[in-house]
Amino acid sequence: MSAVNPLPATDRRFMSGNEAVARGAWEAGCRVAAAYPGTPSTEILEYASQFDDMYSEWSINEKVSLEVAIGASLAGSRAICAMKHVGLNVASDALMTQTLIGVGGGLVIAVADDVGLSSSQNEQDSRFWGRFAHVPVLEPADSQEAYEMTQYAFELSEQFDTPVILRMTTRICHVKGVVTPGERKEFELADGFKKDPSRMVMTPSNAKHRIPMMHAREEEMKKFTEGHELNVVQDGSDKRIGFVVSGPTYMHVQEAYPEMPLIKLGLSYPVPMEQIREFSTQVDQLVVVEEVEPILETEIKAAGITVHGKEVLPRIGELAANVLRPAIGKLLGEEVPEQAPVAETKAPEVQLQINPADNLFPRPPTMCVACPHLGIYYCLSKIPKTSISGDIGCYTLGAGHPWNALDTTICMGASMGVALGLDKGRVEADKDKKIIAVIGDSTFMHMGMQGLLDITYNRGNVTILLLDNRAVGMTGGQYNPASGRDIHGEESLRVDFPKICEAMGVKPERIHEVNPYELPSLFKTLRTETKVEDTSVIITNQPCVLVDFYKHQPAFTVIEDECTGCKNCLDLGCPAISVTRRETVVKPNGKEKELAFVKIDSQACTGCDLCPKTCGPDAIVPLEGFSRQ
Amino acid sequence: MSENTTTNILVSGIGGQGVMTAAEILSQTALAQGYDVKKTEVAGMAQRGGVVTSHVRFGKRVLSPAIPPGEADILVGFEPAEALRWCTQLRPNGVAMVNRFKQEPPVVSLGLFDYPDDPIGQIQQLGINIHAFDAGAIARDLGNFRLVNTVMLGAIANYLPFSSDILKNEILDRFRQKKPKLVEINERAFEAGQAAEAAS
Repeated sequence: MSAVNPLPATDRRFMSGNEAVARGAWEAGCRVAAAYPGTPSTEILEYASQFDDMYSEWSINEKVSLEVAIGASLAGSRAICAMKHVGLNVASDALMTQTLIGVGGGLVIAVADDVGLSSSQNEQDSRFWGRFAHVPVLEPADSQEAYEMTQYAFELSEQFDTPVILRMTTRICHVKGVVTPGERKEFELADGFKKDPSRMVMTPSNAKHRIPMMHAREEEMKKFTEGHELNVVQDGSDKRIGFVVSGPTYMHVQEAYPEMPLIKLGLSYPVPMEQIREFSTQVDQLVVVEEVEPILETEIKAAGITVHGKEVLPRIGELAANVLRPAIGKLLGEEVPEQAPVAETKAPEVQLQINPADNLFPRPPTMCVACPHLGIYYCLSKIPKTSISGDIGCYTLGAGHPWNALDTTICMGASMGVALGLDKGRVEADKDKKIIAVIGDSTFMHMGMQGLLDITYNRGNVTILLLDNRAVGMTGGQYNPASGRDIHGEESLRVDFPKICEAMGVKPERIHEVNPYELPSLFKTLRTETKVEDTSVIITNQPCVLVDFYKHQPAFTVIEDECTGCKNCLDLGCPAISVTRRETVVKPNGKEKELAFVKIDSQACTGCDLCPKTCGPDAIVPLEGFSRQ
Repeated sequence: MSENTTTNILVSGIGGQGVMTAAEILSQTALAQGYDVKKTEVAGMAQRGGVVTSHVRFGKRVLSPAIPPGEADILVGFEPAEALRWCTQLRPNGVAMVNRFKQEPPVVSLGLFDYPDDPIGQIQQLGINIHAFDAGAIARDLGNFRLVNTVMLGAIANYLPFSSDILKNEILDRFRQKKPKLVEINERAFEAGQAAEAAS
């Protein structure tokens, strides 16, 4: 479980954007907060859960978290739900109709875009949802603004009877800055939930009446955002360029061009177009600096205002000062030193000169020491003729070295449907292929269960590996219904996966619980089940090493003289095992063989007992007199 | 330091080494001195052995949270190859404080990539002012590998725009509140870091 530090007792506090959102919501009298974990938004709920007078929950997916927040809003409370960008895809079904209904207490959707893809399968721009759902979008530029705008979002929601999107990005969520917080103000609607089917029961006839109201609301908001105090012009002495900025680009532009004027859009949708038009007349050239999609640019151009945007600026990644300077320099006709093409620069860390670090090895994320997934991928990598559909979680790393045992990853839960499709759509050449799906406990509950039902209902021939590590591993080991604990760590339901699978039509004899550290039985079960022409589910039963109930055992070590350099243990991919020396020997048949002798980092080793099972000469043994620091 | 300049400290290493804690301590110290402070890190999947870099910026007013390339005043390198990876982020006359203790990633173990022969030497060849010492060995000699963090902070203490005692007290205060038993050993680690910097 990620540690969350208590707030220091001073007026100026050092908070991440995520913590600031939680604090802002609490101060605004928010009474319900819900989320499914997802980088970079996860900590919003981790912090929210620390406030006793605000109900908080880990929901099983983002759609449910939004529905919980909708219900709470209609019940008369202020409510917030938080998610990463792709989470809003899942929740969008609720959003697109809720926008017709409106709100009771303020309803805020904090959505975090992973600009630069630090930990996501795509880079999408959540500002589109404001346009699509006809709801306002607020874009904070730092922690203090995230704190203030969250509070304001509730007021705005109630004023216009609309859900409000608070659009964050990684550089807002995970950046810490100084915040001066205040006190909580209680809020509840005195008359609570008011029955009104014509408003809240969205049959076609009722919805038809609500659509013009939604459009009228948007027209009102268009007038409202013009000259709004969150949409401000900041004057500058060098008027060769005026910038249109929102969110983190406000800081980046000031860093790169402190002397140039800008218009900052804090309430960025509906766009205050007349304000932008007026601003454009005060500068030589207008440049819109927006991360990811050219949304404002397209709308500004459609309004007949001349503006530069993505033809000079990259369409992916962050637009930090070092990305802006060469692009804007060109626009100004300045000499720009030779460097990587702008379109290829994607992060502020990108090097602009030739340097020795360019040829340095990468350090891609790896699975943890003793991760229960290691044994799974060790076995999968040794089964021939497979097509393996994967899912979103730590086990996505199984696509990498040394396992190379994962063939697709798309979105939450997709391993199920994709596996069925791989089965049903197989061509003659693939008729003997074993179709395997790999999914984690949390992803299974999020969106995978429906896929499993589709497989059984349609008589699929798929072997499903349900990796139950009893936590949401990739985001730091948050609890879920498989943990048997709630967001506060208190005892709660612990879901029974074999029963669920059986209820969904998997035959009891095709459901197996295995210990992922017991390689022989794991391997045997996998071989058997992939041969059976039916739906099978193999459920692993050992916890994530990041959860606090994971039990460490005494560490192992390698007896140097006994290691034969066979490299079997390296196929596990455990980061605690490393190579000490390599040797090439010539075998009796004249072929060369590469040997690699290993050692174990005993301080990192948790004694999971997996690698000794791969060691023929029994060179891996418990470390005598070991003590853990 | 004049009022309008920003101090930029880049802390780099590997997930699990204490990079983020070191950056947090530096930030809190600067905050207590009345500065505006911003801290950002690239650590989406850091728990799983990836690169972690944390940017700490403080001054009268800090805008962008990320240190622009070539503007870092101090690089705190928790691992030599990671120090090499980030050393060109330093400004001219910036200082690199580097732990010599190597940590090879699995991609090197598997033989897919080579670990550089002499990362410290390569940094020196760039004309960078570098202090390198084995903070891992110092920490181990003191009895706890986790002290690397405090050793590294001790080593940069004389390069900050406030006195080294202020940073030391901030570190020790954290332990006084949470783990009083570790106050003394951390004080020794901090001072060992200062001595290592002076001797390297």
